Amino acid sequence: MKINNVPIDLLLPSMLEATGMVLKIFFLTILFAVPLGFLVALGRRSKCVFLSGPIRVYQLIFRGTPLMLQLIFFMYAPYYLFDFSFGRFQACILAFVINYAAYFGEIFRGGIDSIPVGQFEAAKVLGYSKVQTFFRIILPQVAKCVTPAMGNELMTLVKDTSLAQVISVSELFNVAFNAGSRYFSTVPIIIAGIFYLIMNTIVEMTFKRLEKKLQYGGR
Amino acid sequence: MLVRAEGIKKSFNGTEVLKEISLGVEEGEVVAIIGPSGSGKSTLLRCLTQLETVDEGNIVINEKELVTMQKDKAVYAKSAIQHQIRMDTGLVFQSFHLFPHYSVKKNIMDPQIRVLKREKKEAEKIAGNLLAKLNLSDRADAYPNELSGGQQQRVAIARALALNPKVLFFDEPTSALDPELTGEVLKVIKELAKEKMTMVIVTHEMAFARDVADHVIFMDEGTIIEEGTPEEVFGNTEKERTKVFLKRYLENAWES
Repeated sequence: MKINNVPIDLLLPSMLEATGMVLKIFFLTILFAVPLGFLVALGRRSKCVFLSGPIRVYQLIFRGTPLMLQLIFFMYAPYYLFDFSFGRFQACILAFVINYAAYFGEIFRGGIDSIPVGQFEAAKVLGYSKVQTFFRIILPQVAKCVTPAMGNELMTLVKDTSLAQVISVSELFNVAFNAGSRYFSTVPIIIAGIFYLIMNTIVEMTFKRLEKKLQYGGR
Repeated sequence: MLVRAEGIKKSFNGTEVLKEISLGVEEGEVVAIIGPSGSGKSTLLRCLTQLETVDEGNIVINEKELVTMQKDKAVYAKSAIQHQIRMDTGLVFQSFHLFPHYSVKKNIMDPQIRVLKREKKEAEKIAGNLLAKLNLSDRADAYPNELSGGQQQRVAIARALALNPKVLFFDEPTSALDPELTGEVLKVIKELAKEKMTMVIVTHEMAFARDVADHVIFMDEGTIIEEGTPEEVFGNTEKERTKVFLKRYLENAWES
């Protein structure tokens, strides 16, 4: 089957495989960046400036420079600095995790800050330990209030995986772009666009559901 | 004596909020603390419930020393003792601070299960009894934001009572409520007083303090100006400062 001279039946399997790579980057980034983001948020909230200060600088650097640049840095800099290299995929995941943890940290920090002091005080007076207070009282409320912002971030993450092409990770955009130039056609790019849209539709619907589930009472 | 505090001093950024406050609460006694805003009443309560630490002074609750003066320094008990003392005290806040993500029933059950390690069944039974007593049985599955302020405050009282505190502190429990809802909360507190629950109540409800308290303390600018039975403080006011406060209070009450 051909559209605009592009052999779709030949192209689709490799694009599906590339979509698998997108999903790998997506889920691995979430898996590591969410817990790391929480640590970043807690560190940023610390009264000790020797902890909150460096974390702030880290967040500034990774939110203040392009992710594409960070990908290149993790791919090639270790070789010049330490005479050692990460694999392509490892460097890619590392860059995504460290970059997204910086953003998640800010979202979680905002979420924790939005919980009234009274909640911490009520838990303390009732005798909850610090760990219990965090996991049973604070975290569920934080989860509810960060959900919309996290939905936003994760939709961006799906699209940001396309940046991994700069270090030649064969993800969806990379494969589609190469096919496009091979066949002199925009059809592969359009197909990739549809794939991204489908993935983000799923993300959007999942978060809509999650928001509903986290709702309590009249609000 | 269930609660004994001596020479409590507390400053915030150089401003002295409590200046050598001493008070004692007997078992079964109801103590009302009145006074203008900023007089240190709430801070005193927060020191007794360990939400603030004192700069100086001794506090003994249920025969356990929370803080003692050693070589002119306030030294707090080990954290295990602090926790025991915390479990002897309960606090009801001005703005309730119920857990919004838990239903009414779970708000009362969860601390029992997590902190006292009670069986779920037992916690549920205790919650059910308390809700029945406070006339809230039909709201057991509602969430805090679906309740009126008065109902929320009654749930907060039930949540505190479920842990069987020896003494219950109230920090202006009706200041966030309109007069109609104030009544239903005061009724509950009066009911508890009849059952000989030991309570320390910071309040602006003068008529209520006079009616329910065994002992009334008038505080201003971080010191206790006057204290005694309700008759002594309200009927035979001695100090000029107390008179001015009570008079202005009556006038304001009249105006509204």
